[in-house]
Amino acid sequence: MAQTGNCRNKNENDEKAVWGMAALRPFAFIGRTVLDWVDHLGAAAIFLGMALQHVFRRKQFAKTVRQIYYIGARSITIIMLVSLFTGMVLGLQAYHALSKFGAQGAVGSLVALSLIMELGPVLTAIMITARAGSAIAAEIGIERISEQIDALQTMRINPMRYIVSPRISASIISFPLLTAVFDLIGILGGYISAVLLLGLNSGVYWHSTKAYVVLEDVTNGFVKSIVFAVIVATVCCYQGYFAHMRRDSHGAQAVGLATTSAVVTSCVLILISDYVVTSLLI
Amino acid sequence: MKTPLIEFKDVTKCFGDKIVLDRVNLQIYEGEVTTIIGLSGSGKSVLLKHIIGLLQPDEGVILFRGKPVSEMSRSDLAGSFGQISYMFQGNALFDSMTVYDNIALPLIETTRLKKTEIHRKVLVRMKQTELTEAAYKYPSELSGGMQKRAALARALITDPRIVLFDEPTTGQDPVRKNAILSMIAQNQRKLNFTAVLVSHEIPDVYFISNRILALYDHRIVFQGTPEELENFNHPFMDEVINSLEGLQKELTGLYSKRQFELLNHLQLRRKGGETFCLVIFSLRELDAIVSQIGHDAAQEILRNMGLFIDKHFGAIGGISTRRATNEILTVLPYSNLAETERIMEDFIADFNRQAVPSLEEGACKFALGGDVELTILAGAAEGQSRADIDALLEQARSKQKEIGRLQCAPGE
Repeated sequence: MAQTGNCRNKNENDEKAVWGMAALRPFAFIGRTVLDWVDHLGAAAIFLGMALQHVFRRKQFAKTVRQIYYIGARSITIIMLVSLFTGMVLGLQAYHALSKFGAQGAVGSLVALSLIMELGPVLTAIMITARAGSAIAAEIGIERISEQIDALQTMRINPMRYIVSPRISASIISFPLLTAVFDLIGILGGYISAVLLLGLNSGVYWHSTKAYVVLEDVTNGFVKSIVFAVIVATVCCYQGYFAHMRRDSHGAQAVGLATTSAVVTSCVLILISDYVVTSLLI
Repeated sequence: MKTPLIEFKDVTKCFGDKIVLDRVNLQIYEGEVTTIIGLSGSGKSVLLKHIIGLLQPDEGVILFRGKPVSEMSRSDLAGSFGQISYMFQGNALFDSMTVYDNIALPLIETTRLKKTEIHRKVLVRMKQTELTEAAYKYPSELSGGMQKRAALARALITDPRIVLFDEPTTGQDPVRKNAILSMIAQNQRKLNFTAVLVSHEIPDVYFISNRILALYDHRIVFQGTPEELENFNHPFMDEVINSLEGLQKELTGLYSKRQFELLNHLQLRRKGGETFCLVIFSLRELDAIVSQIGHDAAQEILRNMGLFIDKHFGAIGGISTRRATNEILTVLPYSNLAETERIMEDFIADFNRQAVPSLEEGACKFALGGDVELTILAGAAEGQSRADIDALLEQARSKQKEIGRLQCAPGE
């Protein structure tokens, strides 16, 4: 009898242990995910540091210019298109909202400040991530799985210098320039909808834009865009560079997933860092 | 004793729980062609990647000119590895760059040479590897053989002292396989680099190798000359060599060396004192021919020659094999020299009437340049069944005379 009782107790204890383990599983998952993130964050920071070492090395200029063309110049059309309609929607919304208070005259400043301080840097970064960031991750990922990066190492060419560094420098140069284009075209979009389509006085629009936008707003927008540039370039290069080390897939699938991760992670980090940088700058 | 250029001492490498190299010991000597053979997945490429520093051993030491790599300073390491080039199994060409840019890349990035000097060097290498016409094509626009040649040109552009070839003939047809091996051998002789090959092309690879390393069960079980490997008594021979070496060789359709020796033994050594003859066929000055018409055309001639010889002598009981890069050996059992000379007269007549036009046609299809005349030689020697075969071969070689000429011009 005593033995049966012990067995029952043991079974009950085992059952409790199993339940206990099951209850802990979500925490274990969260813990693992957080540790994974911290691990990647540290690795990406070292990766960035290693790439930045080569920025001013010999023979980097031509490579950087080529990357400015791919990342920056070839993104201009899409940036102009997005910024034009963003500005037009802003102008439209602002006009209707402000006209309720009879403050249509402030449309210009609202459009300009929204674009310069917030929407310009963020939307530009997101658009470049979608267009050039994904291409960077995919290109480096393919170079990695087809042993092209190993080939560079065997030729004594540092892959960080040859592949990563020019892309980071090019992003740091391109992002603020494209942000400036975004801001200008966006303001023009606001003018089209508020002045040309809704009949706001042109002088009022430009005066309000000039009166309320100060240089600090513009520099803050550029600071943000440089932060986003570093984030996007690092994340996209990092994901592609280590595509072969992914635990969830191999080969072409790994490149696909690395590209997806690069875009998603960059967008999330853009929004998080936007809040952090804004709170520091305000 | 000669210090090895590269030496592995008890090198062990694991990936997770899987042991890939288990206390590997090997030596690679300067100026030689060393071939590593073994079954697929036996760790040959991993071994090669240790030599160039792409992988580091978990245990053991790698010595470069007698100095442990792990104890070298950064500048010594750069100096040592800077002498090594690597030709990847999948070529690893940069697919967004043209052939010219791929070949020029190591010079542009790692030297301070002027543009004109880089251009000159690249043109020389492209000419040597028969890529001049493909200079501005992208790798995806090239055939497999041309991609291999582009990878070879890139590997040789920095004039390395050591070149590692990871399965350079994978995925090629027999003619191209032999063309690539012949190209490696020719360049090695010309530029005098140390070559380390990983290859499955047995026995073709024997013709160009000074030393063979056999990787079996994660260890090096044999190091020595191709001749020494023939007498190596180990399960490796049955499991690897016999599975890789077919009964007949892919290129010439002739008997493999092993099969040839078996037949030779059966036919000649059953009873002592039997007379037999051997005939050596060869192409005069193969290297010079190759430099004019290209490797592919030369291998095509050799292939058609082998097929014709086998057909002709096979019908009268002769057995043939490829002896060296440009030599075909035929044994005529129970024939004396007088009979052999009569047989040869018939053969020469048939060869010039039937084989020469088809050989010319085949060669012209692949030829890259030059209006070249090729000479085919043959010589016979008589021996007894227990005679020293090497001495007979020398005798046959010394008696070689011209049996035919081919005219080869591209695009004919």
